[in-house]
Amino acid sequence: MFKIVHREEMSDGTVILNEIEALKIARKAKPGQFVILKANETGERIPLTMAETDPEKGTITIIYQVVGKSTALFKTLQVGDGYQDVIGPLGKPTHIQKLGKVVCVGGGTGIAVLHPITRALKEVGNHVICIIGARSKDLLILEDRMKAASHELLVCTDDGSYGHHGFVTDVLKEVLEREKIDQVVAIGPVPMMKFVSKMTKEYNVRTLVSLNPIMVDGTGMCGGCRVTVGGQTKFACVDGPEFDGHQVDYDELMLRLQAYCEDEKQCYEEFCIMDS
Amino acid sequence: MAEEATKTPKREKIPRQPMPEQEPKVRAKNFDEVPFGYSPETAMKEAERCLQCKKPSCVPGCPVGIDIPGFIKLIKEGEFTQSIRKLWEMNSLPAVCGRVCPQEIQCEGLCIVGKKGDPVAIGNLERFAADWERENGTGALPPKADPTGKKVAVVGSGPAGLTVAGDLIAKGHDVTVFEAFHKPGGVLLYGIPEFRLPKEIVAQEVNFLERLGVKVECNQVVGRTITVDELFEEGYDAVFVGVGAGLPTFLNVPGKNLIGIYSANEYLTRSNLMKAYRFPEYDTPIIRGKNVVTLGAGNVAMDSARTALRLGAEKSRIVYRRSRVEVPARSAEVHHAEEEGVEFFFLAAPTKFIGDDKGRVVGMECLKMELGEPDASGRRRPVAIDGSEFELECDLVIVAVGTGANPLLTRSTEGLELNKWGYIQVEEKTNKTTKKGVWAGGDIVTGSATVILAMGAGRIAANSIHDYLTWGW
Ligand SMILES: Cc1cc2nc3c(=O)[nH]c(=O)nc-3n(C[C@H](O)[C@H](O)[C@H](O)COP(=O)(O)OP(=O)(O)OC[C@H]3O[C@@H](n4cnc5c(N)ncnc54)[C@H](O)[C@@H]3O)c2cc1C
Ligand code: SF4
Ligand code: FES
Repeated sequence: MFKIVHREEMSDGTVILNEIEALKIARKAKPGQFVILKANETGERIPLTMAETDPEKGTITIIYQVVGKSTALFKTLQVGDGYQDVIGPLGKPTHIQKLGKVVCVGGGTGIAVLHPITRALKEVGNHVICIIGARSKDLLILEDRMKAASHELLVCTDDGSYGHHGFVTDVLKEVLEREKIDQVVAIGPVPMMKFVSKMTKEYNVRTLVSLNPIMVDGTGMCGGCRVTVGGQTKFACVDGPEFDGHQVDYDELMLRLQAYCEDEKQCYEEFCIMDS
Repeated sequence: MAEEATKTPKREKIPRQPMPEQEPKVRAKNFDEVPFGYSPETAMKEAERCLQCKKPSCVPGCPVGIDIPGFIKLIKEGEFTQSIRKLWEMNSLPAVCGRVCPQEIQCEGLCIVGKKGDPVAIGNLERFAADWERENGTGALPPKADPTGKKVAVVGSGPAGLTVAGDLIAKGHDVTVFEAFHKPGGVLLYGIPEFRLPKEIVAQEVNFLERLGVKVECNQVVGRTITVDELFEEGYDAVFVGVGAGLPTFLNVPGKNLIGIYSANEYLTRSNLMKAYRFPEYDTPIIRGKNVVTLGAGNVAMDSARTALRLGAEKSRIVYRRSRVEVPARSAEVHHAEEEGVEFFFLAAPTKFIGDDKGRVVGMECLKMELGEPDASGRRRPVAIDGSEFELECDLVIVAVGTGANPLLTRSTEGLELNKWGYIQVEEKTNKTTKKGVWAGGDIVTGSATVILAMGAGRIAANSIHDYLTWGW
């Protein structure tokens, strides 16, 4: 069992943080890599990118949004409980290098994934501007940590309840107009990554995105995670999860993410009835 | 018991004993094992049919050289425990092999009795002995050599890895198996369905090894969680790589990424390993097509097409670009599939998948083929017939046209030489790789093959590893 040693509820209880004992993974993991978790015997294998690792303590941290049966089940796990299986670190680490000025754009729980990458980019000497967004103020996560991990933090909310009123793309546009940017890293909901990439393409700024397709094994063995990048089929679990944002077929990815919508709804509803 | 067997009618008069099985209509809707297995009486009667040849022609057909007349004689005499012991001398997974080996092209294909009539049912008898032992045996462990103090890491828990583990633990080495998935067994677990190989049997085989002292560590993706070189740093003296051929092939035609197009690996893994066939009791979903097309005609394709029926398909069709004679699956599987209602479309290949506005597959366009000159595999190459396009409706497509070498481990390990397809190169007699202290075997060396060949490769490697641990490289 992989024990939960620390747990936090964020964003109105819809986003949960788990710090989990997983010594081997913690020692190996690099920013941008993910793990696959399975709560119990009947559980599903769910990929989540690590938000933090502590090699000394031997723990990894994941932050996830409760969206369906599996994440609702994860939410029931308290400190002292654990996951039956945690597999990783999987995927290619982010290529961290000194480029100059970098903008990190995060939305939703993507901010959690972006955090270690942002910090690493700053550590190697980049000037890091960070733009994070949420639907409203109470749904925003990790503001303090993102502030510490970057040189400049810009916040926006869709409803204007906090920070800039609008989308991350609006703020990004201002930044791109204002100064020369060497690279953008965008992690969040697929539509957000799609629109960020569309914009940065106009400005001709290299953009990295981290994709989250449906996965099973996470080792390149099933092809369930396939995405089209630059007209070629790639397996996100081994070739990614990060790809050149300008090359990704986002529309295909959005459709493929809907593959089990109906099943998930059924499973989730039954779970909620049982749980109440 | 032995006496009873000799009272049976003259040997030549005994017909090959049929395997009792579930009715096709019934079994096509459940995941229970199809054949029930022989009763002791039937097994003894079938064993009677063996001529006990002095120079048995069946044995050379067995990749691990089981003493076939020997174990059959013991069944005939009712000495079932002795019979399983005899099998274990050469084969550590007889319950599995009795069920999944392609006997018709191995032992049974060469059996002398088969020259005139039906060959001795060697596979069914092997299965019987193993099942009898599992259900009635004492569970006593075979003897083990004194500890040698040497540590061996086995990467992958398929038949190759399990064989190496079993052989080396018996020789007194300290063996740990590292498996990427959350459960051990390799293809036996995630690929071959329950109705052909109950997972309980795989679990028991692994449990047997654990009782012998083998340590099994799941969730260890070697190359990611730990590398081969780090295994040496951790004190392992030798490493065996048996990671299988887990890289799915997709057809490079338009629409290949539509929802409802699975690799057989994904489809079977969801169903078998994740138990999606028991959704929503198990959380992993699977697309349940009503009108299913499976591409390919190997064992994997048969397993997929038959799984689809059990998951509620009204139509389950196999589209294969060659003809019936080239079908590579075990004949029993083809026969079972046809009985259950799987339809075959020979000499056809898809050229395009058609989707709806939600990105879900609704059909495919195919071309008819004819057989031309033989290709590299010696089989006649299928050639498309111009203007022969036709359409098939379908809401689920399972692509079972073969697998390749998964590069995850090989790319992360320096010094391992690969062939041009990415499979690991080994020295034939020992299965040594080009990296010191590392052996390999099974599908990652040969490409997708069979359980028994993987086990044979494991046996060769285990012997060589033992020599190395005793005398050096
Ligand atoms: C659906 C299906 C049906 C089949 N039917 C038959 C049949 O009827 N008869 C027959 O003889 N053969 C059959 N085969 C073929 C047979 O199963 C294989 O040839 C055989 O299992 C190969 O054994 P292996 O030990 O080389 O590899 P596998 O059984 O593939 O096992 C490899 C193991 O290694 C693990 N692994 C992979 N990468 C790593 C890594 N980096 N770190 C740690 N672990 C790793 C995998 O998860 C897996 O558990 C079938 C295959 C399939 C897919
Ligand atoms: S060839 Fe047939 S009859 Fe002869 S020993 Fe083998 S199984 Fe028996
Ligand atoms: S999750 Fe199976 S190949 Fe990527």
